[in-house]
Amino acid sequence: MRIRFVVPSVVLAALIISPLARPQTAPPRSGAVRDQDAAPAAPVDVDDWGHPVTPVRSDHKAAPAPRHDISGIWDPGIDPVRVLGVLGASAMPEDGKPEHELPYTPLGREALSHTKPTSGVRSVLPADTNDPVFYCDPQGMPREVLYELRATQILQTPQSMVFLYQFGKIWRVVWTDGRELPKDPEPRWFGYSVGKWEDDYTFVVQTSGIDERTWVDRAGRPHSRDLRVEERYHRVDHDHLELTVAINDPKMYTKPWVARDRLLFQLQKSDYDVREMLCSPADVAEYNKIFGNPVSGKDPQ
Amino acid sequence: MKGKFLMVLALGIGVSIFSRPLFAHHGAAAYDMEKSVTLKGTVTKWLWANPHVVLQFDVTDDHGQVVQWSAETENPSSMVHYGYTKESMKPGDQVTVTVVPAKNGKPFGRIREVVLPNGQKLSGRGVQGDTRVDDIPKQ
Repeated sequence: MRIRFVVPSVVLAALIISPLARPQTAPPRSGAVRDQDAAPAAPVDVDDWGHPVTPVRSDHKAAPAPRHDISGIWDPGIDPVRVLGVLGASAMPEDGKPEHELPYTPLGREALSHTKPTSGVRSVLPADTNDPVFYCDPQGMPREVLYELRATQILQTPQSMVFLYQFGKIWRVVWTDGRELPKDPEPRWFGYSVGKWEDDYTFVVQTSGIDERTWVDRAGRPHSRDLRVEERYHRVDHDHLELTVAINDPKMYTKPWVARDRLLFQLQKSDYDVREMLCSPADVAEYNKIFGNPVSGKDPQ
Repeated sequence: MKGKFLMVLALGIGVSIFSRPLFAHHGAAAYDMEKSVTLKGTVTKWLWANPHVVLQFDVTDDHGQVVQWSAETENPSSMVHYGYTKESMKPGDQVTVTVVPAKNGKPFGRIREVVLPNGQKLSGRGVQGDTRVDDIPKQ
């Protein structure tokens, strides 16, 4: 196909102006990117029933936080890097910056070389990835809270905290009945989780026993069976919740590292309906057939 | 198919040293992020599904040859925030589509903007609305 090329001046002007229009980012702390600095919500934002989504706002005065209560429907917005984690753990994205280089052990670096993510500085073509989630395997932990973390409903019972996630329509139980983590459990995609209140407004979850087939994040950061994940949910006020996630895996990393740094969630109205977001093998096959494979230069089938 | 509406209206490749790399859910490795191409064509398929929404449309070049283009955006859960719906397009619609083209030269791309038959413009993600992609490395 022969086509005529022109350089549209409008496009050129937009490209020149656009960097100037971007909001300034707060300087990172110790190399980490603070998740709270999410971009404003887009203008069209309703659930599947047409009910409006309450955008994430950190600048308005809310009522005090209730004691020992993080129940509700929470939405962190859809900022791709700082919320959805498209470049890996949002506080330590795999963007090639020295301050975001993780403290890999030799074994960790070796394990990293075997993962083939589709974004970040090690990005491969869609047809060449071995990302388990690309083929609809479960995200597991901690990736469920580091990649595609969207609207999340939290239910509190006398014995547990139950998390309902949009991506994959996953539910997860964190036991609060005082039990200890199992010593040598059969690995599970989402591991085993226990939680307790550290103070009136901070709920801390420990997770272990995680299946080694999962990736820590979208960027293919590896983990061993010894991985321990800590999630800290801090109820800032009535309308806001912050999540911080720490990774501790001495086999893969020489020291613990923070994967999320105070990701801010906005409380939604109680009639807000969490949208369905499923990985359908049939839909993935169709996508690969008509797009993923040919754009990668491979046979559509 | 030949016709006024199927002719390539404005095909622009804007190569700009000012452009910033864009982000793609499944990565940007497949795309020439420095370029954009604007095409006018007829919708043949609007696949509203995970992992990515895909638009297929026929474009006729100056010689009357019809080429099927395919262009992706993000998943439906993200694209609804940018005004897209399952009913945004249907086969037969005349649309003007600006894409970031594939590196391999095939008629594939990533949507930067779609102009619908009624003149409404829908921006592809990574161009408008997600303003925090400055740190994304070039791939």
